[in-house]
Amino acid sequence: MKETKNIIICGVGGQGTLLASKLIGSVCQSGGYDVKLSEVHGMSQRGGSVVSYVRYGESVASPVVEVAEADVILAFEMLEAARYLPYLKKGGLIILNDQKINPMPVIIGAAKYPEGIIEKLRDKPIDVIAVDALKLAKEAGSAKSVNVVLIGILAKHLEFKKNDWIKAIGETVPEKFREMNIKAFESGFVL
Amino acid sequence: MQKLLLGNEAVARGFYEAGVTVVSSYPGTPSTEITQYSALYDEIYTEWSPNEKVSAEVAIGASIAGARAATAMKHVGLNVASDPLYTAAYTGVNGGLVVCVADDPGIHSSQNEQDSRGHAKTSKTPMLEPSDSSECLSFTKLGFELSEKFDTPVFIRLSTRISHSRGLCDISERIEFKNEYKKNMPKFVAMPNTARPRHEFVEQRMRELTEWAETCGINRVEMNNAKIGVITSGVAYQYAKEALGENASYLKLGMVNPLPVRLIKDFASKADVLYVIEELDDVIETHCRKNGVEVIGKELFSFCGEIRQDVIADKILNKKPEIMSLQEEIPARPPVMCAGCSHRGLFWALKKTGCVISGDIGCYTLSAGPPLSAMDTCICMGASVSAAHGFHKAEGENGKKVIGVIGDSTFAHSGITGLINAVYNGAGFVTVIADNATTGMTGHQDNPTTGKTLKKEAAPVLDLVALCKSIGVPRVRVVDPNNLSATLAALKEEVESGETSVVIARRPCVLLKDTVLGDSLMVDAEACTFCKVCFQIGCPAIISADGKAVIDENQCVGCGQCTGLCRFQAIKGRA
Repeated sequence: MKETKNIIICGVGGQGTLLASKLIGSVCQSGGYDVKLSEVHGMSQRGGSVVSYVRYGESVASPVVEVAEADVILAFEMLEAARYLPYLKKGGLIILNDQKINPMPVIIGAAKYPEGIIEKLRDKPIDVIAVDALKLAKEAGSAKSVNVVLIGILAKHLEFKKNDWIKAIGETVPEKFREMNIKAFESGFVL
Repeated sequence: MQKLLLGNEAVARGFYEAGVTVVSSYPGTPSTEITQYSALYDEIYTEWSPNEKVSAEVAIGASIAGARAATAMKHVGLNVASDPLYTAAYTGVNGGLVVCVADDPGIHSSQNEQDSRGHAKTSKTPMLEPSDSSECLSFTKLGFELSEKFDTPVFIRLSTRISHSRGLCDISERIEFKNEYKKNMPKFVAMPNTARPRHEFVEQRMRELTEWAETCGINRVEMNNAKIGVITSGVAYQYAKEALGENASYLKLGMVNPLPVRLIKDFASKADVLYVIEELDDVIETHCRKNGVEVIGKELFSFCGEIRQDVIADKILNKKPEIMSLQEEIPARPPVMCAGCSHRGLFWALKKTGCVISGDIGCYTLSAGPPLSAMDTCICMGASVSAAHGFHKAEGENGKKVIGVIGDSTFAHSGITGLINAVYNGAGFVTVIADNATTGMTGHQDNPTTGKTLKKEAAPVLDLVALCKSIGVPRVRVVDPNNLSATLAALKEEVESGETSVVIARRPCVLLKDTVLGDSLMVDAEACTFCKVCFQIGCPAIISADGKAVIDENQCVGCGQCTGLCRFQAIKGRA
């Protein structure tokens, strides 16, 4: 693979985007690639818009993904998918949790949450997979496993083996949550 | 063996492999994890100290004793630590001393965007700048060698994208290190007659370091297409490589202070057009110009924010990406205080006092934004108290009333001296200590008020009430900020007293694992008149749906602040 592959993970602080990027990074590493991840810590984690990047290939220079560079966007929330659309390449893929979390300007009536985001995304020359990952996560045992459900969907669209993902989950997640997270992964993977 | 390490984690690994035995720091994004990862190694004594000046002094003392020692801080922390570090540049070291400083281009989590290379220059201290995790590890180890070889502290300059990016690192074994302490008064006692010869030594050392910079492996040339030459360092090197690839040749500087001269001139002679790509200040560019090398720099690349690969591709190759967007307003999503955060109740009450609020650095700085809009100023750690004092003196007894607000960790950092000043000089204003039993914003580090050390061992608790009384504050009281009306009443009473007063608003952070959370509340839709008063406190768990206020049960932790606000008793427990 000559070209570096770029993945953006975006969502709302507290949704578990960091774990998702760590998981993807670990799978890329075991796949024998050079890999770089960039994460957001600090202030934005308090319910702000958060983004992390995963880049893998033969040799990766920059740790960040810029506009029109992403092959895949993994969006944990609809508004954040809309916000990061400019970062997607034409023909790219958005995997989207159809959850809606109102930001403070919307809560206090200073701004409107855009209507019909999914439909508008489908009008673009890109692939869109929208799922209720929160529901699947709850069915797997915890609302907090939304990240792993989305990883399950992503896994189908990357070249790594299913077992590599399961192994990475085992290594990244604490023992007591392992089974639940593997269930969450499977529920995304079968879609 | 290769491991995928966070930049900060790789620095800590560098400490470990270099045989470091003492690390002392104060948390600060994006530097915090350096110290947290160091604490995972049993071989390294690691501590949180109250501020960066103290931690730098601890590291200096350990170095004088003969240990390899380190401290890590954010860029503005270096301002606090600069006093001891500028003189440590004169005294030099015994065991190697590495000072990590993490800049924040783009201001992701800071109050300014200063370039710490300025401190390296004026303190005449060498500074290395890694450009990925792998170099974080190797440069840190090299830092200790340079420190001992040239008898100097060594800065490692990081930035948000280096500190908080992961990359593959080759890890190796630890070596053990300890020099013997030998008394050396002329070196380690800095006073006029000893400092004069040490200054001569410092100047000579900088000449020797400049010579080292000419040939050291970490300043390296990568020749590709010679039409475009790029001089760069740190993460900017990665952006340049990403944008220009083999269309350009690079002089990649691993040491950013002092800078080489011959190496730059030689590289300049090989390139048709020469660019300097550096984030923030024009340090390399000015150095080139001073030495007669013509470069293109800040006329293309801003002094402000991060330099990104798309900007470089645009400015140098005129390559513009094709961008898709939804063609509509995407509302911003600023960070907010968490649902159940006790600062929310406190700042609601502070706003209601009508006083000017002299704020400080911490999660509570988020109260400055709407809807609370309850903070007037925020300058630096500790300034809340001292600036409130100045404001109070300027306004006089009959002028605008001011309240200083500071967190528990920040108070221990640098609020205490401001309060001593206020007492000593006859202040008559209120200081609020927002005591949430942790250092919240940087990710819940312990501090002198929490009763635990960095390694989670029991520690004496700094008693804030006793401390305030002992320095002479005549009025000290404790309130529960979740009780809005009682907090407001207490604040009003203290302001009206006209005396120096401290109100400690005490309630542990909801994100601490020992904090007991309540069950989610709900809104009785029949009783709700949608008067929107409950929206005034800006809780992310209170949203609106179908013309009513609704509580998001996934977020609400039952703190009850909103219950006291609702005049229609519409907010209650779930049946």
